[in-house]
Amino acid sequence: MGKFFAITILVIAILSAIPIVMHTWEAPADISTHGHLIDEQMSETMAEAGISFLAAQLLLAFFVWQFSNRGTETKLKSFPGGAKALVIAALLVVGVEVLALGVFGVKAWADVYLIPPSANAMPIQVQAGQFAFYFRYPGPDGKFGPLHPERINEGSQEFFGLDKEHDVDSRDDIVTAEMAVPVNKEVHLLMHAKDVGHSFFVRELRVQQDFVPGLDVSLHFTATKIGRYEIVCTQLCGLGHYNMKAYLDVLSQDDFNEWMKKETAMQ
Amino acid sequence: MATTVHEPSRLDPSRAPDHGNGGGGNLVPADSDRRLALDYSPPPSSTAIWVVLFAITMMFAAFTSALVVRKGGSGDWRSFKLPSILFFNTLVLFASSITLEVSRRRIALFMGKVQEQVESPTRWLYVTLCLGVLFVAGQYVAWSQLRGEGLYLATNPSSSFFYVLTVTHALHVLGGLGGLIYAIRKLGKSSLRRSTLEAAARYWHFMDLLWLYLLLLLWVKL
Amino acid sequence: MHDTSAQAVQHHAPTSFIRKHVFSLDHKVIGKQYYALALAAALIGMVLSWIMRIHLGWTNAAIPGLHALSPNGAPGGVLTPEYYLQLMTMHGTIMVFFVLTTAPFAAFGNYFLPIQVGAEDMPFPRFNMMSFWVTFIAFLVLVASFFLGDGPTLGGWTQYAPLNAIGSSSGPGQGLGVVLWMTSIALFCIGQLLGSLNFISTTLDLRVKGMSLMRLPLSAWAWFITSCMGLTAFSVLMPACILVILDHLAGTSFFVASGLVLNDQVIPHSGGSTLLWQHLFWFFGHPEVYIAIVPGIGIVSHILLANMRKPMLSQRVLIYCMGALAVLSYMVYGHHMFVSGMNPVSALAFSFPTLVITIPATITVLIWVFSLYGSRLRINSASLFALGFISMFVSGGVSGFFLAQPSIDIMLHATYFVVGHFHMVMGVAAMFGIFAGTYFWFPKMSGRMMNETLGKVHFWLSFAGTYCIFMPFHYLGLVGNIRRYSTFVDDFLQPLIPVHRLITVAALITGAAQLVFVYNLIHSRFWGKPAPDNPWEATSLEWSTATPPPWDNFGGKHPVVYHDPYQYGVQSSVGDYVMQASPEQVKTDHEEK
Repeated sequence: MGKFFAITILVIAILSAIPIVMHTWEAPADISTHGHLIDEQMSETMAEAGISFLAAQLLLAFFVWQFSNRGTETKLKSFPGGAKALVIAALLVVGVEVLALGVFGVKAWADVYLIPPSANAMPIQVQAGQFAFYFRYPGPDGKFGPLHPERINEGSQEFFGLDKEHDVDSRDDIVTAEMAVPVNKEVHLLMHAKDVGHSFFVRELRVQQDFVPGLDVSLHFTATKIGRYEIVCTQLCGLGHYNMKAYLDVLSQDDFNEWMKKETAMQ
Repeated sequence: MATTVHEPSRLDPSRAPDHGNGGGGNLVPADSDRRLALDYSPPPSSTAIWVVLFAITMMFAAFTSALVVRKGGSGDWRSFKLPSILFFNTLVLFASSITLEVSRRRIALFMGKVQEQVESPTRWLYVTLCLGVLFVAGQYVAWSQLRGEGLYLATNPSSSFFYVLTVTHALHVLGGLGGLIYAIRKLGKSSLRRSTLEAAARYWHFMDLLWLYLLLLLWVKL
Repeated sequence: MHDTSAQAVQHHAPTSFIRKHVFSLDHKVIGKQYYALALAAALIGMVLSWIMRIHLGWTNAAIPGLHALSPNGAPGGVLTPEYYLQLMTMHGTIMVFFVLTTAPFAAFGNYFLPIQVGAEDMPFPRFNMMSFWVTFIAFLVLVASFFLGDGPTLGGWTQYAPLNAIGSSSGPGQGLGVVLWMTSIALFCIGQLLGSLNFISTTLDLRVKGMSLMRLPLSAWAWFITSCMGLTAFSVLMPACILVILDHLAGTSFFVASGLVLNDQVIPHSGGSTLLWQHLFWFFGHPEVYIAIVPGIGIVSHILLANMRKPMLSQRVLIYCMGALAVLSYMVYGHHMFVSGMNPVSALAFSFPTLVITIPATITVLIWVFSLYGSRLRINSASLFALGFISMFVSGGVSGFFLAQPSIDIMLHATYFVVGHFHMVMGVAAMFGIFAGTYFWFPKMSGRMMNETLGKVHFWLSFAGTYCIFMPFHYLGLVGNIRRYSTFVDDFLQPLIPVHRLITVAALITGAAQLVFVYNLIHSRFWGKPAPDNPWEATSLEWSTATPPPWDNFGGKHPVVYHDPYQYGVQSSVGDYVMQASPEQVKTDHEEK
């Protein structure tokens, strides 16, 4: 039965590796400027993890095959080099591997989180609440009016709690249920939560960031391909979590201007 | 009144070699070439009390970090003046640590029959107990004073932490009082182990130290 | 017997039924009580997972019996979105706390640690008894939330703020359900702290003559290290739960920020910190998952040694690795919070030790695998589960490479990749450790052998089945399948539903295989072949005593230890091994260096 165990492990290892090697399960095409670093990191890690996985499982299978159910007269052997060799090998191989991954991964992380947005990035505000995302554009004056939580009223579609009567800056703000951005233009996304924790995830953009109630968090990105992409909530926020999503439309500058005109008219 | 304090014997050579449980029992058999062995195990209550004190420390560390984060995170922290009775309570608790040490010395003397006529060895334990009760009563007065000023648990994060920290500490002091009562009862039945008294004393002194830390934290942060 | 040592035994042989089987001070009975609790919890948790998986595959499936349990949550037997989340929360909570912390650590540890050190019982039997009953009450409080108010909390076993503190307007179960959850877990923490107290004192103070620390079996070391972790972790979770309860019941605002609006009403709390909960929870939460796996590492090592018939390449290195895992586990917790909004520089700071922790884990696997080299490996149910543990530990651990890196975590956080990772290490590997321990120690605990054929059937179905369930989770995660969704409505998720259906089928079959195990347990308990004192020809102290052991473990005689714990591959008067308590000197070149 030891040999059967070895074969089972072999089969499992190979079957597990096939979908990866065939590239059938991968993130969708990258539409961001920093995403290629993440994708490279992912490939690198997949190769190293894959090799470690296969090596460990195959060694396990091989030794169980060789050394199971041997008679009591067979000689016991000890792996030459003993534990010392293994510890050194692990320290060197795994140590170098993980350090390399760690060091090379810093750039991908820094590009998203440690580099500030450029001065002419387009600001868009996004509010996450049970169970929808709403977006706000500052309008021609380029300024966001203040938020008044006590004025929020979903029934009358006052999602942000704006006071257009008293706050001059709010008067030209544009509130939408979809986020449109011009292609190849950096966007500075200002995020806040209305009620509980939520998260913003667009797979193609290679960004994910939690909304933290009580904190103003922000992201910046540049979308490089025109198309319609899904924004999904990835932090458990209540019963509607599965259905909490919005669309990101990456448009040409002209189409974006058209869209903005349409949305302005609907305010 | 004769009392005995059981003590795990240290390296008692008269013990038969195959009675090895606990203290004195980790000697390696002479026919082995192993050198590494502990010649004496501490009594479990000694280890246990350190375990307990460590857990209590971690809990108050968690509360401390919660306080620091909460204070630094948003602008709604309103400081208030600590009720002055707290300083009196501190002295009471400190005095109780002293009386506890006095009682331990007296009990040890009594055990060792150094002085035949030591007055009731439990007296100073009772004094410690009373001081402990006085401390808790004093804390209650402090809480009443705060309530009188309109500072309740939910009034402000500062008052929230004040109550959480002082009430939790007072509950643990009550636990310590329970330990002292246990020691007094055991002493009365002549079956108090030195390690038990030691453990109770360590716990009690820790409550004292913990209180000094909390007072400092509240005084600096509140 | 005049006990001049420390308060090692504070009870006499029990006489009444209540004292023998209910409120028992005997660590062996307490261990079995914990095992029974874990078994009941595991079955409940497993049924919950079946319901979840059926719903994920077939959203409108009417599940029999559910309407009776909760007409609001599952009208006509079809899960509402909130009820899915409530069941999911209970599945996670029950499994992590009441199965994976209870069985490998509290159940087997309570039963065998005192025996493996040579003691008659733990030093504080009354605290030990209390620890079980407090844990049991915690379980009852948790299960009660199914039947009270508007059901259990739906916030996941991680109970993030402010969802956990903002109250019932945020969803069903978020009022009373949360308070019950927090109370249950706070009680659980107290139970575990009482347990850690006994475990640490037993290991340090009650070792019998000749049992130096380095002569302790690896399972004993694992329980000792785990109890140290528990001491540090549970004492942080408990105050966090208390603060949440205060936010609910006393109007405080530890975790609820200002200006939050639910149902168009501004929430009265203000100023609280969302991230504070995450820091407190994960400071506990990451060590907790090592608390779930380290006993398994010790138990699997212990079992493999008895079945390899030769010592490990280095026992000492394994002990150091377990210690390293424990210490490092406190430095890595922020890897659960990479995209949480915490300082992105600290993400890098947490990532580094997370990557480094792969090193002791790798060394452990290498020691196991290369100790197999040149062995005379015996294949039986226990050793099969031990070998399966190694395979699963590798599979589950390797996905950690990805999640340890913040840049990759951007794509994998909150996806099925994470769910696959932790199910493989916890839901499978740790469970395999429990199974291995059961097959190995059942004879000693009950006096009867388990049925080997059924054991092997259980193994093969479970091994193949769990790979079929959880390996695909990783692929789903790579394409972005978000977790904690009750239904898949997004454009990119709908095409994945057929995969989920296949997984559900695998899950149901694997679940059925567990019933083979339960049947084996019950049948063997009453009708199994009588077991000899040492059926595995093993060496540690539990095999020196009668099967099952008498109430004081060694029948009034204290063993003396003459040997290291794993003297296999020698020539002695009994065979190819010499027991720890045997004074026989044997020729061996396998003495521990």
